Amino acid sequence: MKARLGRWQTWTGFAVAALLLFAVAPALLSDFRLGLLAKFLCFAIVAVGIGLAWGRGGMLVLGQGVFFGLGGYMMGMHLKISDAQLRGDEVPDFMQIAGVRQLPGYWAPFASPAFTLLAILIIPAGIAAALGFGVFKRRVKGAYFAILSQALAAALAILLVGQTGLGGSNGLTNFRTFFGFALNDPVNKQMLYFIAAGVLLVVVAVARQLMQSRYGELLVAVRDGEERVRFLGYDPANIKVVAYTVAALFASIAGALFTPIVGFMAPSQVGILPSIAFLIGVAIGGRTTLLGPVLGAIGVAWAQTLFSERFPSEWIYAQGLLFIVVVGFFPAGLAGASVLLKRRRRRKPEAPESDPVAASDTDPDAEKVGATR
Amino acid sequence: MTTTPELTPLAGGNAGMGAQYLQVRGLTVDFDGFKAVSDVDLTLFQGDLRFLIGPNGAGKTTVIDAVTGLVNATGSVNKSGTELLGKKVHQIAKAGVGRTFQTASVFEQLTVLQNLDIAAGARRSAWTLLRRRSGVLPAIEEALETIGLAHLADKPAGVLAHGQKQWLEIGMLLVQNAEVLLLDEPVAGMSTEEREETGNLLRRIGGQRTVVVVEHDMDFMRAFATSVTVLARGQVIAEGSVAEVQANPKVQEVYLGTAAAGADGLKEGS
Repeated sequence: MKARLGRWQTWTGFAVAALLLFAVAPALLSDFRLGLLAKFLCFAIVAVGIGLAWGRGGMLVLGQGVFFGLGGYMMGMHLKISDAQLRGDEVPDFMQIAGVRQLPGYWAPFASPAFTLLAILIIPAGIAAALGFGVFKRRVKGAYFAILSQALAAALAILLVGQTGLGGSNGLTNFRTFFGFALNDPVNKQMLYFIAAGVLLVVVAVARQLMQSRYGELLVAVRDGEERVRFLGYDPANIKVVAYTVAALFASIAGALFTPIVGFMAPSQVGILPSIAFLIGVAIGGRTTLLGPVLGAIGVAWAQTLFSERFPSEWIYAQGLLFIVVVGFFPAGLAGASVLLKRRRRRKPEAPESDPVAASDTDPDAEKVGATR
Repeated sequence: MTTTPELTPLAGGNAGMGAQYLQVRGLTVDFDGFKAVSDVDLTLFQGDLRFLIGPNGAGKTTVIDAVTGLVNATGSVNKSGTELLGKKVHQIAKAGVGRTFQTASVFEQLTVLQNLDIAAGARRSAWTLLRRRSGVLPAIEEALETIGLAHLADKPAGVLAHGQKQWLEIGMLLVQNAEVLLLDEPVAGMSTEEREETGNLLRRIGGQRTVVVVEHDMDFMRAFATSVTVLARGQVIAEGSVAEVQANPKVQEVYLGTAAAGADGLKEGS
């Protein structure tokens, strides 16, 4: 009975979210604002993965820019090649300027749309899985893992700046088409927004299934007592690798959407700063919840755009302050604070708690609140 | 040895031929030149409730750590024909050796039921893991009854009393299907009633398993042990029934003559 009610709530939540994303937002927002929202949705997709890996798995992933960038660059390469093919050129425009006559070997496979899409799904996830196995089997964790992942982001950004074949520090820009659709047409831009919104819903559904499954319970157990899990006969490394890989996959998909939506992909989207920016929204929204990261990421990105239009230099301080206040005083983020407030309001002795993970970690109401907000 | 119908723990085991066993030979743990455990032999049969006692620093916990793969050791640990030394911690756990820790380490954010469900699931397929938990496994229901926490199944483990956490840990070993249970000071910090209940619990579960209890509490040991091994400075100095061990002059010497009379002075520590 309760389960059926919960399922009904979930479907309602998804329906409301879909209505907001697919009907309300396009009706209310200008093309420009809708494009911004599409960009924020990309950040939200990354955030869902971070919520899984960091909030539930305890892995402080400070380098999601790596996977975001990999997905984004692969998509960018495909877009550049197809633009060049439409013009009847052998190589993308920026290579022509540099005097390159032939497509470099690592570009060639990205002429195929199918290969590109598969690569976006497989390559970053594969790298994350290999890296995760190497790192987690050696029991690297906590701050060491965080620093390692951050160093990786820095290294990739530096590497990319030096790659003239990938546009150097400018990255890949000036995309004309997206799988045959002209990108200067507002209708096609709206289509990209719809794709991002649809992907976000799917990603949230996948994360929800993972969090509520036995695997999700196990992941929390690994977060809270890795050694204890080992003595129960599990190898915690395998459990962590899955969450880390899924987070990388989400980041890669988000990057691949970001490239056509925003119109560029550059080392500045890969390095330490963007990687930490992904984290801020997650921390503020509530990393252990399902929707906290989504709303946090969209909220922070929205606030950034809003405030930096007016106070370009002050925003960064406000953001830093917000981060410190949240991490210092509301470690569970805004979602956690809302749980706290609610509990204070109806403080009864022996309040019935059906599911402590849900109560302390994933406020079940947060789903509703999030979806209807 | 004959198999008793109610399967109470017996010194030397109660299951006769074909019983599960744990055979430790020449176990040595060397911490950079300091031999925390040297040349320890232990033979444990299914149905034995063995207490491992000794003064502080005798190496009791280190023996458990070595058997469960937490520290590197030389020698041999054989569980019913399977060599355990050299295997990884989770492989040894999967082979049916479970342990508890001095400080209860349950997953406080998860419910009692979730704790047990995780403990029962080390052999689950990926497909099972990716689906939601539905219903309660019979083995878990049985364990909940055995450890007396059935009425708290949906409570987060973090709100349990100290004694209940220890019982939950023991319950986790039961559903984990551990045949060898290594318990590190399970009654430390418990009230008298909790000790009594824990002892009875050990008796109940010890009939069909091999249970090793590291303990400082001599009253508890006298009340529930079927056999005792005494460690001192990393070596086995005596082994036998409670009465035999208490009468052993070497043991009395180690405990400065107080152990046999009443070991209140030895309760604390470690």
